[in-house]
Amino acid sequence: MKYELVSGLETHVELSTKTKIFCSCRTDFGGEPNTHCCPICIGLPGTLPKLNKEVVRYAIMAGLATNCEINLISKMDRKNYVYPDLPKAYQISQYDLPLCKNGYIQLDSGKKIRIARIHIEEDAGKLVHKGGDVYVDYNRGGVPLIEIVTQPDIRSSEEAREYVEKLQLIMRYIGVSDCKMQEGSMRCDVNISVRPEGSEEFGTRTEIKNMNSLTFMTKAMEYEKNRQIELIENGGKVEQETLRYIESSGTTESMRGKEDAHDYRYFREPDLVTIHTLSEEVENIRKSLPELPTARIKKYIEKFGISEKDAESIVKYKNISDFFEKAIQGIENPKIVSNFIIGQIFSTLNNEQEKESFDIKVSAESLNELCKLVESKKINVGLAKSTLLKMLETGKNVSNFISQEDMQSISEEKLLEICKKAVDSNPNAVKDYLSGKEKALKVLIGFVMKETKGKVDALNTQKNILDTIKNI
Amino acid sequence: MSGTNGKIRHIHDLLVNKKITCKELTEKYIDKIKESKLNAYVHTCEDLAIKTAEKVDEKISSGKEISMLEGIPMNLKDNISTDGIETTCCSKMLQGYKPIYDATVWKKLKGDNAVLLGKANMDEFAMGSSCENSCFGGACNPHNLKHVAGGSSGGVASAVGGNIAVYGLGSDTGGSIRQPASFCGLVGLKPTYGSVSRYGLIAFGSSLDQIGPIASNVEDVAIVYDSISGYDTKDSTSSKVAPNDTFNHLNDDIKGMKIGIPKEYFDGINEDVKNAIDEAIDAYKSMGAEIEYFDLPELKYTLPVYYIIACAEASSNLGRYDGIRYGYKTKQYKDIEEMICKTRSEGFGEEVKRRILLGTYVLSSGYYDAYYKKAQNLRGTIIKAFKRAYEKFDVILAPTVPTTAFEFNFTSMDPVQTYLTDICTVPVNIAGLPAVSLPCGFDSKDLPIGMQLIGNSFSEDKILNLAYKYEQYTEAKYLKELDMGVRL
Repeated sequence: MKYELVSGLETHVELSTKTKIFCSCRTDFGGEPNTHCCPICIGLPGTLPKLNKEVVRYAIMAGLATNCEINLISKMDRKNYVYPDLPKAYQISQYDLPLCKNGYIQLDSGKKIRIARIHIEEDAGKLVHKGGDVYVDYNRGGVPLIEIVTQPDIRSSEEAREYVEKLQLIMRYIGVSDCKMQEGSMRCDVNISVRPEGSEEFGTRTEIKNMNSLTFMTKAMEYEKNRQIELIENGGKVEQETLRYIESSGTTESMRGKEDAHDYRYFREPDLVTIHTLSEEVENIRKSLPELPTARIKKYIEKFGISEKDAESIVKYKNISDFFEKAIQGIENPKIVSNFIIGQIFSTLNNEQEKESFDIKVSAESLNELCKLVESKKINVGLAKSTLLKMLETGKNVSNFISQEDMQSISEEKLLEICKKAVDSNPNAVKDYLSGKEKALKVLIGFVMKETKGKVDALNTQKNILDTIKNI
Repeated sequence: MSGTNGKIRHIHDLLVNKKITCKELTEKYIDKIKESKLNAYVHTCEDLAIKTAEKVDEKISSGKEISMLEGIPMNLKDNISTDGIETTCCSKMLQGYKPIYDATVWKKLKGDNAVLLGKANMDEFAMGSSCENSCFGGACNPHNLKHVAGGSSGGVASAVGGNIAVYGLGSDTGGSIRQPASFCGLVGLKPTYGSVSRYGLIAFGSSLDQIGPIASNVEDVAIVYDSISGYDTKDSTSSKVAPNDTFNHLNDDIKGMKIGIPKEYFDGINEDVKNAIDEAIDAYKSMGAEIEYFDLPELKYTLPVYYIIACAEASSNLGRYDGIRYGYKTKQYKDIEEMICKTRSEGFGEEVKRRILLGTYVLSSGYYDAYYKKAQNLRGTIIKAFKRAYEKFDVILAPTVPTTAFEFNFTSMDPVQTYLTDICTVPVNIAGLPAVSLPCGFDSKDLPIGMQLIGNSFSEDKILNLAYKYEQYTEAKYLKELDMGVRL
């Protein structure tokens, strides 16, 4: 029998507000253990939370960017459970009135992965195991999170991956989170079940907790899918349980079964008041949202004439796309810029991480300057390419490699004159060309390039040389 | 202002007129605390008290003006956080715990150079009605040492009644300020929910808890309330509309004020208490107030609603005591789960454990709708019922407690019987209303009787005005100053 995977994701995204959700402690990653803490975020007796309004604004931005409705009346609830990294023994979260609901993210196939809800909550601290002892670091405690919960719309690990990548990109574009899975500022819980293809009913699901890389997530999903299918094929039954993925063995193992499922005893947080949001505020946030990745890709393809592949590889990295947007200021054909980025600049970036951080020595303004020289035909593309590589290596500006004199464009008459000179000085090459050796033309063009220091257009040069030869 | 029964004002005048130095005054109190058999204090802070007193003396001798509360010796219930001073909620669980920050109320009073004598005894985590649930043992009623001071703010009432503090701050979740005030013949104010910051008050039932003053007379209560009330950015549930000039309204005319008496409050109350309240009602009539009896049938829901909500919130609030960061930690354990489990089993007393279990139960899935949700709905019904009453009346008058102070060990037999004694005080907390308890008589054993005036939200000025007028009318005959402690 053929089986179909059914999956839904719960994604935690750490918001990059300056301060924590209920106190004014810093939120930066790292720091000496227990130094970004105060009586409130370590839950000392008698302290009270105070909701950071910026967190609400960020969450609404996230909701709007993922096509959600915003609940104008919302509230916080307590989720009670005992764990040493949770100093109050409850997490302040949202239960039945989340800030955002009913959104979606569209995959490239056009399929929509529906988002059931987005709610705000506080992060917990971290346990540190050292020399057989366990220490608790509360620096992360109280860092604001949003949890984005999808409907069970995902049918493959590829879809899951695409959904997470899209979500990650949207969050980065609107600037609410850096979504670094390796640093834990984005984490996924995956709900998985299988069912015979064509069936409408859902199978029993398991949940794999805390996936912190996309590679492991897809591997874990594949493993878990096959485990469930095998189990059913052998006459067994899938148990509802919470699992953990073991990276070293590529398998999942049970954390707790259904009987041990937590009863969180949710109830309204009495220390905080109702969150009222005005519809005008929502509209203002909507208006101030930056351009989203899908809109940018569309613009690059339709308006700039950039290929779909190139558009996607630029938009995939917010830093690069922002760089591109800056570098095309005053340029008529942005394709010149995108070609330099995809070609020369990408050639110096060795992996995803380097593209992600996009820490290059050339500023957008500097690239813009170079592209303008190309567009005004003051230098040709070839020279621009080699110059850009030098700029990337040294961090110096265009003017360090191309002099003012060089930037004087060469008139058509002058070009023709140089082409004649090329033909006159290379009789052998002309002879070869006329006897059918096309390659010999390159020698002639090379001569012109050398004479003009590469400032002229190669095609135009070729045309002039051919005309000259014809007229001999 | 007329009338001179204010103790704070009296001491303030003594200090300003240099009849006594603040240091002498403070030392008197410290000495009497040491002699006292009331068990009112659980931690004292003599050094801080003397240092503050010296500061006040310096100010006076250099001719600077001092505010009304400067240099006045007082105490705080042991659930109000004091930076560097042990704050234990009278629980083994918090033994040795010294907060690293000040509760907002204490920050305000400290800024006023209030002389903190120490932390006052209470029922563990404010759960109880007799102060006997304290890990330090109960506080005695200064009127009769065989009787309890009441609870949970028993230590504050015991000390104020026994003249080893001029006033104190307690907390009231279901009557914990008013009941001990009533038992000890004092005035105790439970302010409107949100009028006094809860920041730094170690939580019991967060949606019910309020800090308020206990003092020997209405004027003192008004002075203290005015200085601790007001909006606090640290407490999201605190309000910007709380009145803070009740002192200036104490003597307002009460002629024509409408006082409602809910009949249900008198079901099953002690005969002496009933007679005293009737007498007080007559007094108000004579003063020109209009009295009308009315039905408040919703009252019958208040006890179950209270115990469900208070315990639910407590079960969550008390989850943090796990032995990891502060307070008591069990000695031997094999893993973290056993450590937390043993710490909590050994650290909490019986009543606290009972309420944590109750609260956990009513919030559990499968029971939530039947208990917690239903209680929340009924809470709404009760709030509406009071709202309707205030369309008609300015103030509601009722007994504070159906009885006078119990003897020690009287209530520990049956917890449900003890819960029933809260019947008159809990409605106010459920509805978030302000209420003041004030003395209105003595029973056959010469134990004080209290009545309470319950106001609409943020009408502290009105209820204190009515209380003050009664005190004046009765020539303060129910404010019996006992022959113990510091007499000035």
